[in-house]
Amino acid sequence: MMCETCGKKIATVHWTEMVNDVVRKMHLCEACAAAKGLDVNNPAAFSDVMLGLGAQKASAAKERDVACALCHMRLSDFKKTSRLGCQACYDTFAGELKPLLEAMQKGGQHVGKVPANQEVRAEAKAGLRPSLAVLRQQLEAAIAAEHYEEAAGLRDQIQQCAKKSPSARARPATEKE
Amino acid sequence: MKIVDELLKHPGAWLKVGAPPGVMVSSRVRLARNLEGVAFPGWAGEEESERLWQDLHPILEALPGCVPPVALEMESLNRVDKEILVERHLISRDLAQKGRGSGLVFKADETVAIMVNEEDHIRLQVMSPGLSLRGLWRTIDGLDTDLERQVRYAFSPRMGYLTACPTNVGTGMRASVMLHLPGLVLMNEINPIIKGINKIGLAVRGLWGEGTDAAGNMFQISNQITLGETEDTIINRLEQIVLEIEEHEKHAKERLIQQKEISLRDHVGRACGILTHACLLNSKETLDMLSALRLGIELGLLRDWSASMIDELFLLIQPGHLQKAEGKVIGAEKRDLARARLIRARLAGKTDDG
Repeated sequence: MMCETCGKKIATVHWTEMVNDVVRKMHLCEACAAAKGLDVNNPAAFSDVMLGLGAQKASAAKERDVACALCHMRLSDFKKTSRLGCQACYDTFAGELKPLLEAMQKGGQHVGKVPANQEVRAEAKAGLRPSLAVLRQQLEAAIAAEHYEEAAGLRDQIQQCAKKSPSARARPATEKE
Repeated sequence: MKIVDELLKHPGAWLKVGAPPGVMVSSRVRLARNLEGVAFPGWAGEEESERLWQDLHPILEALPGCVPPVALEMESLNRVDKEILVERHLISRDLAQKGRGSGLVFKADETVAIMVNEEDHIRLQVMSPGLSLRGLWRTIDGLDTDLERQVRYAFSPRMGYLTACPTNVGTGMRASVMLHLPGLVLMNEINPIIKGINKIGLAVRGLWGEGTDAAGNMFQISNQITLGETEDTIINRLEQIVLEIEEHEKHAKERLIQQKEISLRDHVGRACGILTHACLLNSKETLDMLSALRLGIELGLLRDWSASMIDELFLLIQPGHLQKAEGKVIGAEKRDLARARLIRARLAGKTDDG
């Protein structure tokens, strides 16, 4: 098979990507693959390309080069490296990240492990409350560990939280990290 | 470096000596973690990274799950030492390219490896032979919980563990299984399987090379999704899929024997002949020939060697290990000579090359 970009050399890089359930295939020679930024020896680079493509689309309408207040990374820096500068970048570039995350992740809510000291930290930070999903997970963990007092407290928190937010998945508006 | 020399005396964490030959070669789980309030390594300055390494490595070395620990800062290692760590899957190629402020803390038996200041501040990894994702998850979960008592992770209730690359955000977990799939490759059935796996949110990579060109017929299957699913869900799905692939591989081998027995024996026999007699062997040819030998062992066609011995050769013939064994930096052509000599000696039953 010949390279579909230059048509001159044999295609040795066969790349399949899937974005929003659409499968796209590319058959390229090494030189053309390198020109497109695909590094065969470094599979992590494949995600870069995917991110790069998504980031371009996402920002087409938005020309302003926003900078992160905490680490001063600019949107243009993020687009260059496809890597964020610090935890606050997730808020700074939330608009750019949303379509990327939708394309490659399953929903926008973390449901996995939560650091045990998270609860303490949440209380310490004014305005920061754990989301319903997190509370439910903590409740499950507390019941499993037979910590019934803690479980009762969590149950009350969940009820309060559910009252305030109309949708079960809604999160406090003041949440920030 | 002396510590790296020590590694060569053992076959590596993912090799189980004397185990029955199987499709599942090894399993691995890694967690990406960052510290609260510190810029991610790619954006932090060298001084900040250096400080972080100095602060972190004593904490990591003191983890109960990491005893006895070995700590190595990248700056202290030469090229061959770094290459060996990469080949043994203790560090990534990215970390090998870094210097001051980046490093590795690993458990001496190589089952636990923690990279500091790679793409994220902390990358925890656990490895074992065969299929053992659930056990590995328990181990790494424990390590992570011990560590989180001493450091504050960058975490948001909504996005989970915050990572430098959004492809890791959420659980920060990447679980993978390495499979040897010569049957599916020889029966030309590997491509539809790769396509199928890609469709369900898992990634397939050749360990050395991609698709049907994957040298040595070694494939690594891992999860892509890290946000919106629990670690258990991710691991259960991956486990279920690799078990299915194992079944497919078994059927492919059965058909290989039924439909192509002569060419199968020829394939294995030729590999045997070349590996026991060749004087020059390049990397790709050797990996493919070793795969054929492993296939012969799995099917009971070859009885002189064990699968774990072949798996060890997969490692020892890599450039870094070869150069370490030779005791000097040598070019590709001299490596081909050294590689052929090593293989002949090992297959003849000698432990050292002579």
